[in-house]
Amino acid sequence: MTTRTLDQTAYDALSSACADVREATDTDHVDTVRPGLVARPTDVQQVAGVLRAATAHRLSVVPRGRGTKMSWGTPPTSADVLLDVSALDQVIDHAAGDLIVSAQAGTPLADVQQAVGSAAQRLAIDETVPGTSIGGLLATNTSGPRRVAVGTARDLLIGITLVRADGVVAKAGGRVVKNVAGYDLGKLMIGSFGTLAVIVEATFRLHPRPSARTWVSAPVSDPTEGQRLVQSLLHSQAVPAAIEIEWGAATGTSTGTSTGVVSVLLEGREDGVAGRVATVRALLGETSTDSSSHQPAGGETYPWDVLAVGDDRSTAFKLTFALSGLSDVLQAATETGVTLRGSAGAGVAYAALAPGTPMDAARTALDRLRHTCTARGGSAVVVDAPTDVKSGLDVWGPVPALDLMSRVKDQFDPDRRLAPGRFVGGL
Amino acid sequence: MDMDTDIGAVVDVARRKLPREAVITDRARLRTYECDGLAHYRVTPALVVIPEDATQLADIVRACAENGVPYVARGSGTGLSGGALPHADGVLVVTSRMRAITEMRPEDQRAVVEPGVINLDVSRAANPHGYYYAPDPSSQQICSIGGNVAENSGGAHCLKYGFTTNHVLGADFVTSEGDTVALGGDAPDSPGYDLLGAVVGSEGTLGIVTSTTVKLVRLPEQVRTILVGFETTDQAGAATSAIIAAGILPAAIEMMDALAIEAAEAAVHCNYPAGAGAVLVIELDGAAIEVEVEYAEVERMCAENGAFEQRLATDPAERALIWKGRKSAFAAVGRISPDYIVQDGVIPRTALPQVLAAIAELSSSSGVRVANVFHAGDGNLHPLVLFDDEIEGAGEAAERVSGAILDLCIEHGGSITGEHGVGMDKAKYMPRMYTDDDLDTMQMIRCAFDPKNISNPGKIFPTPRLCGEVPGRHKGAHPLQDAGVAEIF
Repeated sequence: MTTRTLDQTAYDALSSACADVREATDTDHVDTVRPGLVARPTDVQQVAGVLRAATAHRLSVVPRGRGTKMSWGTPPTSADVLLDVSALDQVIDHAAGDLIVSAQAGTPLADVQQAVGSAAQRLAIDETVPGTSIGGLLATNTSGPRRVAVGTARDLLIGITLVRADGVVAKAGGRVVKNVAGYDLGKLMIGSFGTLAVIVEATFRLHPRPSARTWVSAPVSDPTEGQRLVQSLLHSQAVPAAIEIEWGAATGTSTGTSTGVVSVLLEGREDGVAGRVATVRALLGETSTDSSSHQPAGGETYPWDVLAVGDDRSTAFKLTFALSGLSDVLQAATETGVTLRGSAGAGVAYAALAPGTPMDAARTALDRLRHTCTARGGSAVVVDAPTDVKSGLDVWGPVPALDLMSRVKDQFDPDRRLAPGRFVGGL
Repeated sequence: MDMDTDIGAVVDVARRKLPREAVITDRARLRTYECDGLAHYRVTPALVVIPEDATQLADIVRACAENGVPYVARGSGTGLSGGALPHADGVLVVTSRMRAITEMRPEDQRAVVEPGVINLDVSRAANPHGYYYAPDPSSQQICSIGGNVAENSGGAHCLKYGFTTNHVLGADFVTSEGDTVALGGDAPDSPGYDLLGAVVGSEGTLGIVTSTTVKLVRLPEQVRTILVGFETTDQAGAATSAIIAAGILPAAIEMMDALAIEAAEAAVHCNYPAGAGAVLVIELDGAAIEVEVEYAEVERMCAENGAFEQRLATDPAERALIWKGRKSAFAAVGRISPDYIVQDGVIPRTALPQVLAAIAELSSSSGVRVANVFHAGDGNLHPLVLFDDEIEGAGEAAERVSGAILDLCIEHGGSITGEHGVGMDKAKYMPRMYTDDDLDTMQMIRCAFDPKNISNPGKIFPTPRLCGEVPGRHKGAHPLQDAGVAEIF
């Protein structure tokens, strides 16, 4: 895709708003699109200045945090300016007694965890993509195993500061967990892929870091058994922090056979966890094992190599479904040959085709998975895929209420200059 | 009111589409709907409709849209911010006949309910399956799920379990044009913008929810409710902080001060510790073994912080009695004062001692008595400002103290409402908490959903945004500027 050459006046306007403006390089691609310029503001006012300059010169702007998920979603139709917020990298406030933290959007999640870890606290969002920033995880709404107990970003974000397409700085929510004053702008921003506004600061509710944790795992050999075990765990009194399932082609068996492992995370106080491990092992049966030191294979990550680039990437899906749809989804996974891993206890799983899977095969697999997930009250979305494969896939699938979403987009970004085309329905 | 407003046309549609008894135009009967739980605001609506299903409801909204008539949705009318206050020239859409729990699916941990369903009835229906619906506002025996969704209702147990927004997965939603769309669904993380996240807590200003998919939570294996007596609120606050700092997340930590205890004693004889300057109601729930471990720690920390009496409820009857004192506190204040204002503000929990001291100072300097009841765990205060309306100027003095308490909350980085909503009552305080740009940005959502401003107009925002004025669409300079008549800075 070719990039529009920016005229000198536009460049000058951006440069006067932000000291660090440069030509984009090969490492700045947004999916398949090479941006024109990269602006790297150092504070919120500079972010606002860049967006005002972009408005004046009708430039498209794509926000970037730490750049770990730039190939996700759909490619933008235009990217005149890459707005790199990685210099906004400060943990602004950790109020340990109030269990809250505020950080700038470019702050790596790991830095936030380190800051709050000193008080034996944590932001209960798993780092599914290494190096992710606060802004990036909000914009893509990533989550990991612990969502079963504490939820996702939408359950933990309590305040947000954003810069609108027109450069106006606005905030919603605040620094208290309980707050119903005004609309919840934060939720609207979560998972919006930078298409509504640029997130610059976020405040989260924290949780105490548990003093003890143990994983209990057991093999499962067929989808029905997998669902039965997960249902028994959900209905138990073990209060799991996570209920994960791994599912993939069985080694040494005929094609079309998959097996898996169900893993349960128990977190809490020493004696409490020990007692609940016994409960869970009784449910999972004689083949179960437990470990306080080791996470099961994969742990907090997706069933694909998130660091792979270009054609080495897997075609990767996010699947959601009602809890009782698990066996159907596992059956579909077996039939499509994907490797699956995810929160069986939350109705969310991730699946990957082997790298090198051609587009036609990927499309067939997606259709099958999407059919199953939709029938079970959920959806199947393409998270990432090599360029040639992704271009032949319907990345987002059917999206209800698209008309209302489009109206929201028109309010926030009437000229459609913010990450245009990165999101559902061409938004 | 717009020139093209025509309530008569809506009445015609209502008579055609709804059963006879579901359309109320008689003045005397209309007046029974003139207020919600905040009874000092009263407006008689022009028309009340009580649809039986989503189709009828959508028909009414469409008729309102076509005729420029404002409408207000109302569930049980228990709201405490005037959120369901009717519009004098508009339609009040009452959901009390839409009371079906349409699906109960414990295997999916989901229930699907109509908006008029009473909060507690969801738990009652789920209990036999071992589940319940977690958000539990004090009014849960009468308040409706539709109202809860509109207000993003909380309750005593939201410290651990979150608010309505954390428990709603999907909704059928009637837009301000009368179209029905599905938001969210059975599964989490629907692709697209989280419109449901914006709708929950929007106080009926974006549209009306006609069906809600809610999360069901496993009933805990064990619940321990402890009533702890302290001499001072500072001690009780210190104990609360110690528990949180130790990494324990109780289901609830509630505090009442001496005046609130006095009122509760007078009303429901809950037998709280005699002479207490403050009590904490602490509830731990979860796996039995975990609760045992936590209980031992909580008991020790309360003792270390000056507790002079600790009572563990050992059966459901004792637990109910402890909660009765707390949950009846608002109404109980009626026993010690003819009139009172229920305030709802939030502060960071660590600011509790300073803010309570400042409230005491406000009270003594103004001579207005304030009883304090609050969710100590999350810093959500419910000061009850007492007055006698028979005494001239007393109501105004109470209003001033009540407003000053909100200012204290804002000063300490808190919020003007933790769970009662902004509604009609607190719209004027919104600019104290948010800038014009913040409010303008929030109202972009309003303009996307309800550009004609007919869905519960006049609530939340002190100044409506004109939806035609789309920022970023400024084409050229102002005509006066162009003509050289004026400059715009």
